[in-house]
Amino acid sequence: MNTFVVLVENLPGVLTRVASLFRRRGFNIESLTVGHTQTPGVSRMTIAVDTDELGARRVEANLYKLINVLRVDNVTSAPTVLRDLALIKVTATPETRAHVMQLVEVYRARVVDVSPSSLVVEITGTEEKIDSLIEVLRPYGVLEMARTGTIAMVRGGTTSTEGISTSNGATHTEHPTDDVSVSYSV
Amino acid sequence: MKKTGAQILWESLVREGATCVFGYPGGAILPAYDAMLDFPIRHILVRHEQGATHMADGFARATGNVGVAMATSGPGATNMVTGIATAMMDSSPIVCITGQVGSKLIGSDAFQETDITGITLPITKHNYLVTRPDDVARAIREAFYVARSGRPGPVLVDVTKDAQQSSCEFEWPAEPTLTGYRPNHWPSKPEFERAAELIHAAKRPVILAGHGIVLSGATDVVRRFAERAHVPVAMTLLGLGGLAASHPLNLGMMGMHGEAWVNTAIQEADLLLAFGMRFDDRVTGNLKTYAPQARKIHIEIDPAEINKNVKVDVGLVGDLRDILEELLPYVGACDRTEWIDHISHLKGDSAVRDIQQLPDSGHLYAAHVIHDIWKATNGEAIVVTDVGQHQMWEAQYYHHEEPRSLITSGGLGTMGFALPAAIGAKVGRPDAEVWVIVGDGGFQMTMAELATIAQENIDLNVAIINNGFLGMVRQWQEFFYERRYAATPLVNPDFTRLAEAFGLKGARVRSRAEVVPTVQAAREHAGTVVIDFQVEQEDSVFPMVPAGADLHAMIRRPSAIVETGADV
Ligand SMILES: Cc1ncc(C[n+]2csc(CCOP(=O)(O)OP(=O)(O)O)c2C)c(N)n1
Ligand SMILES: [Mg+2]
Repeated sequence: MNTFVVLVENLPGVLTRVASLFRRRGFNIESLTVGHTQTPGVSRMTIAVDTDELGARRVEANLYKLINVLRVDNVTSAPTVLRDLALIKVTATPETRAHVMQLVEVYRARVVDVSPSSLVVEITGTEEKIDSLIEVLRPYGVLEMARTGTIAMVRGGTTSTEGISTSNGATHTEHPTDDVSVSYSV
Repeated sequence: MKKTGAQILWESLVREGATCVFGYPGGAILPAYDAMLDFPIRHILVRHEQGATHMADGFARATGNVGVAMATSGPGATNMVTGIATAMMDSSPIVCITGQVGSKLIGSDAFQETDITGITLPITKHNYLVTRPDDVARAIREAFYVARSGRPGPVLVDVTKDAQQSSCEFEWPAEPTLTGYRPNHWPSKPEFERAAELIHAAKRPVILAGHGIVLSGATDVVRRFAERAHVPVAMTLLGLGGLAASHPLNLGMMGMHGEAWVNTAIQEADLLLAFGMRFDDRVTGNLKTYAPQARKIHIEIDPAEINKNVKVDVGLVGDLRDILEELLPYVGACDRTEWIDHISHLKGDSAVRDIQQLPDSGHLYAAHVIHDIWKATNGEAIVVTDVGQHQMWEAQYYHHEEPRSLITSGGLGTMGFALPAAIGAKVGRPDAEVWVIVGDGGFQMTMAELATIAQENIDLNVAIINNGFLGMVRQWQEFFYERRYAATPLVNPDFTRLAEAFGLKGARVRSRAEVVPTVQAAREHAGTVVIDFQVEQEDSVFPMVPAGADLHAMIRRPSAIVETGADV
């Protein structure tokens, strides 16, 4: 698995361009998240792709061919904070509620909604940690689940966004963008 | 001063140096067409928008400048797709401008609405949807910049009708600076040193000369480099002309229909120097057995090409001409006479198989026709070929001395390319002699552009290599499908009368003796002549490396003199 942090111009169609590139070159996206950065007009994608080192270099080189792509970092082998967020709706009857709450406690997750028959649990962490919580909740009955996909940031003082701004006079900015804050795993 | 988006469009095109546009009007581009009349632009009215894109492409390949094509929304735009993909595969700088429905109607399935930026996403270098007049100038400016810089390619600008109609203050934008676009790269010093080391150590090096030589204008430095390092040069199809065919170090074409000695030399090489080429499957054959003993140095402007198909030892990313100029001083004079003599020896066997050497059987062969056209034009014409057997024969028998003298669809292999691309080439270089060499099949794909030739008084000559078949496909059927000729025999119209119907001159040639006189008459005739060369129907292109086979496993031309069984 290779994880890329990709900074892109926040313009209509940019997500399509990036996603289309992976399809066109025959790479499968495992997870893709998009959100704003601290720089106006710049969005940040975290893309996880199942490929080897040579494939990863091809992905990087091809991403750079997209004009709206500002920067690509393959963070796979860098010391990185990787986080996923999940909301899990789990069955919790008066008999099982205490057990469920205990598990939530162990995982340092939080209960964010309570109803007579269910709880909504919020957890952030690595993919593995979330998978593991889901496994232990499954016997109680997982009713619904939403996950963001992984976001990544390299540890320490270096940044991916240093000196990044959009092309001068970026066009279309006043139009509603179809791509921002889309966040999904595939 | 306030201008409409349509006026800004033309103002921008003119400022970018466009002098002619190949196009076809329609509702969504009407405001632009109306404004065109007030600008110093030659508009060539095509007969199909595919033709417009190939013309822009031919113009670009002949001149090195950006070619411009224009069409309306919907069907006009979708008709451009083949030409855009053709330009993309061959790194040809064109800008396509399409009209789009009004911005308020986008997404409503309005009349003649198509998502052309979506459709062309994977076949353009970049594209733009412009919905306001304020964005027109910048989009055009950036489109030209992106199309011609770095590895060139097609850019599409889709302009909504309201963006053409409404007005804004016109301001010519500054030189584009696109943060995310870095067309220029430069290798590090150790990389140059490593390359020089490999070159000095090599005993059997071969230069693989690709389209990049032509695109970067590297002909002169490639020649100096080859001479200094004493390295023979093998050409890709699109590289032909990049080094003069008559240069003693020029081996000729490599690949599927390359010369046998060239492919053999590549397979025996201990170093490949790939100059602006991309190890396409048509030149490598089976990658597993490709040049097994060779180290590889790849000089290429597109970083994504390094290690794509062939793993290389050194990748020098940047403009070919600049890199070779920088590399040259690292390379001392070398002497590889032994290796070069060995390759000359390999040639001997091919010479006896050459169709030009075979005794005259009274039949007319395509190879003879092309050879005679080469002689008659002193090898100085711009030849624009279509796709198929005739394309390969042209590459083998028309010897190109100058870059940009062969224009052909290599990467996409687009039938129907030749006639319109030749129109573009002639418009771009009116003083050049332009010949179209086209199959009877491919000619019929875009022959409506004969009307464009007539309307625009374009003076070129068309050699239809008429074998009554979709010849290249027939050849595959002969070799690999037991001669079962499914859907390849052609019943053709009378091409001479067809030419006459368009107001052009037609001629027919059935024997070798008629070839040169007819060609000379066509050259002297003011105006386009369409010559129907009725050639041997079931001739095949040799040598041939079957798709996916080892590069040295060539099917050779059977000949009376050479025992061929062994190497089929
Ligand atoms: C648009 C398009 N359709 C189909 C093909 C597949 N194809 C490659 S060569 C060829 C035959 C070309 O026949 P013709 O134009 O008569 O040339 P010849 O090979 O006979 O010289 C075909 C059908 C193609 N390259 N392009
Ligand atoms: Mg034919």
